[in-house]
Amino acid sequence: MPNFVRPIPALEPRTEAFWRACRAGRLEFTRCVPCNHLIHPSRPICPKCRGRQLDVMAVSGRARLHSYTVNHQRWYPGQEVPYIIGLVELIEQPGLRLMTNIVNCALDRVRIGMPLRVAFENVSDEVALPMFEPEGGA
Amino acid sequence: MSAGLERRAIVSGVAQSAIGRRLFRDDLDLTCEAALAAIADAGLRPDDIDGIAAYPGPVQGGPGFAGPGVYEVQDALGIDVYWHLSGLEGPAQISPIIHAALAVAAGLCRHALIYRTVTESTAAADTGRRGIGAGSLEIGGFTAFFIPFGAMSAANWLALYARRHMHEFGTTKEQLGAIALTDRRHAALNPKAVYREPMTMQDYLGARMISEPFGLYDCDVPVDGSTAVVVSSADAARDLPHPAVHFNAVGTAMRARPLWDQWEDITTMAARDAAAHMWSRTDLKPADVDTAQLYDGFSFLTLAWLEALGFCGRGESGPFVENGRIALGGELPLNTWGGQLSGGRLHGFGFVAEAVRQLRHECGARQVRDCEVAVVGVGGGPVAGCMLLTR
Repeated sequence: MPNFVRPIPALEPRTEAFWRACRAGRLEFTRCVPCNHLIHPSRPICPKCRGRQLDVMAVSGRARLHSYTVNHQRWYPGQEVPYIIGLVELIEQPGLRLMTNIVNCALDRVRIGMPLRVAFENVSDEVALPMFEPEGGA
Repeated sequence: MSAGLERRAIVSGVAQSAIGRRLFRDDLDLTCEAALAAIADAGLRPDDIDGIAAYPGPVQGGPGFAGPGVYEVQDALGIDVYWHLSGLEGPAQISPIIHAALAVAAGLCRHALIYRTVTESTAAADTGRRGIGAGSLEIGGFTAFFIPFGAMSAANWLALYARRHMHEFGTTKEQLGAIALTDRRHAALNPKAVYREPMTMQDYLGARMISEPFGLYDCDVPVDGSTAVVVSSADAARDLPHPAVHFNAVGTAMRARPLWDQWEDITTMAARDAAAHMWSRTDLKPADVDTAQLYDGFSFLTLAWLEALGFCGRGESGPFVENGRIALGGELPLNTWGGQLSGGRLHGFGFVAEAVRQLRHECGARQVRDCEVAVVGVGGGPVAGCMLLTR
């Protein structure tokens, strides 16, 4: 019988920097230098201008809730439910989204459009998950 | 409009193995059962088959998901082929059927066998159904952005789409329920459907919640079963023991970011692009369609397909499905075999089998009268393929 735990992101070449930055308390995305487009998930090319000159930009961590679902199903033995899965849109760029959990928020207080801010949760020495919580508290 | 090469292909045969919960049968065994029956249905012998294709081929997936690969089936049946294909990427689960039509039209082969086999019910018999990545310590690839947040099922990913649709257009839980209830009514007329007992709106609304707004009856039911079709060159139509079913047009487009979380407008799906592509290849219109077989891995997907195909306006699918319009005897009977919600999760191919049988007028108590045109739309989120079939 396997010992079930919440899986964490593997450190892979194209995503490692994202997860490590979260662990350092920063939300960072690959940025296209010529056109300033933020590229997520990270790629070695900008899909807007096909630019190849890329760097990294830290964002504010502020977002709005684009959609959500309250999950009630236990997907593995011992998983704690319910919890809120959110799809958040970062204020820096329309359409730049993260799937995440909405934390520090009562289940009946979650609303599409609500302002959010990032709240990192450390899950290993190298990786933190970017969770989001209501701006100004719920 | 440009008439496509797909017009040179027909569906010549269709069959299904035993379908059910926990059959405890080998996936290759089920596949051979369906394949031999489909070949016979087309009036052919196994040695006539010279092409083979499947979805998805030997990929990693949940237990019982993939079914046998084409080389296993080719070898088991002892057939020699000129054309063979499988793969997970493409216009949804019907991708190998669409590409088989093009392969026979191009002359690469004459009679192609295409199948989809699942044993997800038996595979989960001892454990219950678990999430994607359950039991792993670490997750790579695109689901690394979903699974660590407990978004471990397409139920979660597509609940986000459904919730946004409700937010923008006022779509209700009861309107999602109209899909589940209609499917169940139709399943009662299909002896091979897995859930045939009557279901009321009260039953539907009272079911345990999975991922809001999806309750248990918004989610399709894992089963064991294999569906096989034979796609042949159109000039074989005159030799068939039954009416030929013609490919009128297929739709394969994908014109936005192909990612579940980054799809730009999550009140729509890739269905929007595939459907527009399909209609651009035919003179037929939505009003010409006699029955629609639209993917319902989750109830909401059928609503999104109705909008994508232009049966109603954008955001209007909720009101559209009220008042019996989508039931047998209504204006647009859909999922007449019970869909995946009540017929079983045959993963796209159940819709194809039903469309073919409706067009051949073989459906008995659930037959759509004078059925001449059927549309099949398969897939959800950033995955979609569709085809218009005619008698």
